[in-house]
Amino acid sequence: MIRKKYIVLLLVFITGLLACNKDAAEYFAGFQQPSDFPDPVYHFSTNPVTSAGFELGRKLFYDPLLSANNTISCGSCHIQTSAFTHHGHSVSHGIFDRLGTRNSPPIMNLAWNKSFMWDGGIFDLDLQPVAPITNHVEMDDSVENVLGRLRNSSVYPGLFTKAFGTEEINSARFLKALSQFMVMCVSSNSKYDSVMRNQSSFTTAEQEGYMLFKEECSDCHKEPLFTDQSFRNNGLRISMVNDEGRYAVTLNAADKYTFKVPSLRNLDYTPPYMHDGRLLTIEGVLDHYSDDVQQTPNLDPLLQKNGIKGIVLTADQKLKIIAFLKTLNDRTFVTDKRFAEQ
Amino acid sequence: MKYTFALAAVIGLFFTACKKENTAPYNASEKAELSVEFDNIAGSSDLQLNTGVYTNASGEKLTITKLKYYVSNFVLTNTDGSVYTVPQDSCYFLIDESNEETHEPILRVPEGEYKSLTFTVGVDSLRSTMDISRRTGVLDPTSDGGDMYWGWNSGYIFFKMEGSSPASTSMGNTFAYHIGGFGGYSSATINNIKTITLDLTARGTPKVKSGKETNIHLMVDVLKMFTGTTNISIATTPMVMFSGASVGIANNYTAMFRHDHTEN
Repeated sequence: MIRKKYIVLLLVFITGLLACNKDAAEYFAGFQQPSDFPDPVYHFSTNPVTSAGFELGRKLFYDPLLSANNTISCGSCHIQTSAFTHHGHSVSHGIFDRLGTRNSPPIMNLAWNKSFMWDGGIFDLDLQPVAPITNHVEMDDSVENVLGRLRNSSVYPGLFTKAFGTEEINSARFLKALSQFMVMCVSSNSKYDSVMRNQSSFTTAEQEGYMLFKEECSDCHKEPLFTDQSFRNNGLRISMVNDEGRYAVTLNAADKYTFKVPSLRNLDYTPPYMHDGRLLTIEGVLDHYSDDVQQTPNLDPLLQKNGIKGIVLTADQKLKIIAFLKTLNDRTFVTDKRFAEQ
Repeated sequence: MKYTFALAAVIGLFFTACKKENTAPYNASEKAELSVEFDNIAGSSDLQLNTGVYTNASGEKLTITKLKYYVSNFVLTNTDGSVYTVPQDSCYFLIDESNEETHEPILRVPEGEYKSLTFTVGVDSLRSTMDISRRTGVLDPTSDGGDMYWGWNSGYIFFKMEGSSPASTSMGNTFAYHIGGFGGYSSATINNIKTITLDLTARGTPKVKSGKETNIHLMVDVLKMFTGTTNISIATTPMVMFSGASVGIANNYTAMFRHDHTEN
């Protein structure tokens, strides 16, 4: 009798587990618009995010099959724990340890990005993966070769069928699957966000830092994305590489030495800083703005107000600004299992 | 006298017959095939990749190893003045000298006689920025190994010529001209989209009718790329890609195309 009871209990328990599993597998919320963010820029109408598409995109993102010798995946230089940047690398090293000239940017809130890359040379997220796949120093391959390997694999035809209805593997489907993964990588759960949603409050230092930030920084690092997505010269010394930034894309002299204003979200997870990763710490970045802004061509007008180069900041003000900037860290984003390699 | 009259009558009949054939009624609602052949030449020689040695306007000897360019957006003007624009979705072609199958795009146009041909060298800005799923075939940015597309600065390479020349100072005495630029997506930049209009009356108007194939034969003198408003010397500019110098080359190559004859 007792035995029977146990068996029933066990059965109930197993059924419960099965139900849980089933729920977990079926529940997919899709792209979620944070209430305090502007409307996204990405064209969801031509690429609606589905569970199967997102999962395919994630698998592709972490698959070294995308590189010429099966060693480098997107995730190699875009590491989740570093908010999808290449932690500790000023510039990324790709295939055969070849070095690039720019710092790997975060895969974060890309659904709101009007352009991609430090110079904004790419105008559609769907076109973005072509650049690293074909870049000689990154994955050094052609998308055609990658598609060939995907077609020959034992798993991908099935995954493409799940995502797109048939097993055809073409460039549009491949790129749109990657986009589905990338647009899902939304970071909107920092302390800053919870304060804005009246769910918590800043410390005194954070609050003072926020006020200073609004005064000195937010013209370019505009809330809530913490970038106005413009291209500006922030007065870095011109390095040996002589990277002319957006000029290469527009050939407009006024764009020489300008780079995209990066978001400051998850700043703590994404050192080093600047387009070439030359500054190792947030303190170093603030020191640059207070003491080391250079008069180079097209130096941004906001960095030479009233004949003063840079931003006047005391040591105490810097500490407060840093206290505020740390509220932009989004722990849930960098640990979200949905975005991790499965 | 009698004979003369008879002869005149015969000649007259003959002319009438000719005329009749010329004005054979076209059915404008009926579409027929019209091919446009892009016959690449170098000056007075047929173009031979890898082996032919040619001399450009600056007197530099050169060999061409690769020649590719996009032609698109064909428009035909009828002798009656009406204009036919070939539907855009079926109107993008990549001419690749190394692949003969690409040399003769086939269009479907209404029956009729045409006095001029207009087309674009390159890809229009609208298509250049369209959703990836609507850019298939030769427009797939990844097709052909991505050879005609800039991944880092989203856009097609409209025209690509590569080769070698003793005049070149770059590694391996090579030269490379990759010409593109659709005007920019969010910021204005160079626009090298070129529209070519060729008169077809002087060298034979195409008479397009169902049941036969009509062919417009164009000669494309690739050496014209080196001369025109801006002379391009391989010694001074062996490599031109996305830069201001590309504007002069694109202007030059608009003069490459000439109507040679029509096969009716």
